[in-house]
Amino acid sequence: MDKHMLEITNGECIERSRIPRLSSELFHRRLNQFVRNNGSIVQFFAYPEDKQMVLLAVLRNSNLFILETTVGREYPSLTLSAGPQFNLFEREVAEQCGLRPAGHPWLKMLRYHANKSERPDVFGNNYEEEIPGNYPYFQVQGESVHEVAVGPVHAGIIEPGHFRFQCAGEEVLHLEIQLGYQHRGVEELLQTVPHKRLVPIAEGIAGDTAIGHGLSCCQALESLCGLEVAGAAKKQRTIALELERLANHIGDLGALSGDVAFNPPAAYFGRIRGEFLNLLLLLSGNRFGKGLLRAGGTAFVMDEEKRRAISNKIKELRPQILHVCDLLFTAHTVLARFERTGTVTRDHAQALGLVGVCGRASGLDYDVREFFPTEGHEELPAIRNQMTSGDVLSRAMVRQEEIVHSLNAIDQLLAMEEEPAHGAAAHSTAYALAPSSCVVTLNEGWRGEISHCVLTDEAGSISRYKIKDPSFHNWPGLAMALRNQEISDFPLCNKSFNLSYCGFDL
Amino acid sequence: MVLIETFFSLVLLISALLLVPLFPGLILKVKAFFTGKKGPPLLIKYYTLIKLVQKGSVYSTSSTFVFSLGPLISCTAALMALLFFPFAWLRPLFSFQGDIIVLLYFFGLGRFFTIVAALDTASPFEGMGAAREAFFAFLAEATLFAVLILFFRINGALSLGGYFAGQGLLSFDGSRGALLVLVVVGLFMVMLAENARVPVDDPATHLELTMIHEAMILDHSGPDLALIEFGAFCKLFFYAAFVASLLKPAHMILNPLLAILLFYGLVVLVYAAIGVVESVTARLKMPLVPKYLLSSFALVFFAIILTSLEFIP
Repeated sequence: MDKHMLEITNGECIERSRIPRLSSELFHRRLNQFVRNNGSIVQFFAYPEDKQMVLLAVLRNSNLFILETTVGREYPSLTLSAGPQFNLFEREVAEQCGLRPAGHPWLKMLRYHANKSERPDVFGNNYEEEIPGNYPYFQVQGESVHEVAVGPVHAGIIEPGHFRFQCAGEEVLHLEIQLGYQHRGVEELLQTVPHKRLVPIAEGIAGDTAIGHGLSCCQALESLCGLEVAGAAKKQRTIALELERLANHIGDLGALSGDVAFNPPAAYFGRIRGEFLNLLLLLSGNRFGKGLLRAGGTAFVMDEEKRRAISNKIKELRPQILHVCDLLFTAHTVLARFERTGTVTRDHAQALGLVGVCGRASGLDYDVREFFPTEGHEELPAIRNQMTSGDVLSRAMVRQEEIVHSLNAIDQLLAMEEEPAHGAAAHSTAYALAPSSCVVTLNEGWRGEISHCVLTDEAGSISRYKIKDPSFHNWPGLAMALRNQEISDFPLCNKSFNLSYCGFDL
Repeated sequence: MVLIETFFSLVLLISALLLVPLFPGLILKVKAFFTGKKGPPLLIKYYTLIKLVQKGSVYSTSSTFVFSLGPLISCTAALMALLFFPFAWLRPLFSFQGDIIVLLYFFGLGRFFTIVAALDTASPFEGMGAAREAFFAFLAEATLFAVLILFFRINGALSLGGYFAGQGLLSFDGSRGALLVLVVVGLFMVMLAENARVPVDDPATHLELTMIHEAMILDHSGPDLALIEFGAFCKLFFYAAFVASLLKPAHMILNPLLAILLFYGLVVLVYAAIGVVESVTARLKMPLVPKYLLSSFALVFFAIILTSLEFIP
């Protein structure tokens, strides 16, 4: 586009010296400009270089761009000038590196951990207190206002997170979501472990997105090492990604149905979800697909027998899925619950930068599989969503449409002419990463855009590994969806977003 | 003779109390059938009660004696109601003109103490549940008293015994039997609301923010919880038996044994109907519950208007 921003492609390995380094002022002006013209942020993080800190931004409209700048201890807040898309990113930078976004209107901790630099803590925490430490919750004052605190320990088997509601009667005026209970330090871990452990660790970033994160990590390593991936392996990885999407979307539709006490679809979808997990088991030996992916390909070969098994299973399940979807979406009591519940308008979704299912349900037509396709997605048709009013019904319908789309995609991939079988699975464990390089990978996980960004130093070891789970974009969307809603609809809204806690906490 | 009849009523009451935990198990079976599952054993609620009784209760240090009073009184109130119930259209153990009003207020008393116990925990969930319960119960009362007015106009009775045992019974095929169709539907709706069933409440949910009845008893445990559960079973049985009693044809004269069989057959039918309703409908949005309850009131109110029409020549 211009000399201020470098256009890159998904998974392209570039030398770090090619990243345009702007002056702080120009950097902020360009970012402001870009976001105002309906651009979105993919990555925004800081890394140390010599004795200074560098802020790096990866942006997207229909293309990907990268740019960076150096910062001192403070920089003018982009949340203030460019909008709430930057909110969590700037708080993350403040927490990880002790860089203060001056003028940030909502500067609170994200995950509650001390920063790794010598800079003083931005939030005034000493980390001896229990989480969340020094955390000023937003409060609404008034005679009839009451506060409901939910979590971090919840009923049922869900992850820990704290929700603070400000209510007037049954109406939610404000919801504040405070996370960080599962911070494990994944990014730092990935910077220190031997390279052969990278993919297995990436698979554990969010247990329900093992393929999505694993694939993003594999692609980054392949790009940095210059590994070629065989067509058959690409196809298999695409199938695994779509199977993961199917299992989770089907599970979500079942759970949505269960949340409104409509039991039959909940039970049927629960069973069908298991069938898809079993297909992943067939592919990889693990129901969540762990251990399948390797940099350079896959650990297991998908032979003719497995292809046939998957193909037959899909043939068997497709009419069942359509039937249960029909049962769910024609029940008027269910529609009455789903419609106009937890609405996020397109404007809000755009301003917050929602991605994936939640973004598309609000009318943002962004799908990594279409915009920046990888693996087998180049050859597959894109999906168009019909229902985009931003409510629970839209999020459920988008899932239904994606389920059908994924079933078709797997069918198509299986039907493609099989190239001469590369019998060998990828077993190479010696990785020689290109020195002083940078790679950004994007994948459409089942929740939305997953992005990994890896920077290497002169010696070819990883100096910064940045992970972004789609939940990072979407949690503020859930908080917005609850504005002026019934508090009794919160579980339903929450389920319709179904975001990852550990994917956020890292 | 009176002694024998009293003894007979007592036997009926005790056997009813023993059977009460069976029926919610039946609902679960019906729901399991609709979801293609085997479902829990039919006797699951007996096992639950036995398990709970064997446990200890946990009390928060911030709660007072009011907290343990809640389960005791709500269970007692439900038991009191069954003392007056004419099982199988036979003479009840106790009966007097106006007993039904007392009984409804016994339920009210039980609810009051459940609510107070919930507020005693100072948990925001329980406060929310208590607010919802108080509001919805208040609307349900309108329907219940409209039913009493209607029954009084039909046969001048104001007691359960007067409705279902003895002379001038309420029934479908009696005079004004058509009005009872409206009452049966209205009462069925109120039964679902008053007993925390779908579409008003979801007894199976674990999501505190959506609960009504369950939210109020989150902090109760062990024998206390067993009392609450048993009280809830009795209350549901009271309503189900009330609806079932309206379904018998008036002129059908039965010997007591057949009457008992018919009675429990109809009760099973009512419970099965609850299971079916829970399987084919989703929950209402919370703001729609008042409308739902007022619809049940409207049905019964129409029936009252229709009784007046007969006086117009």
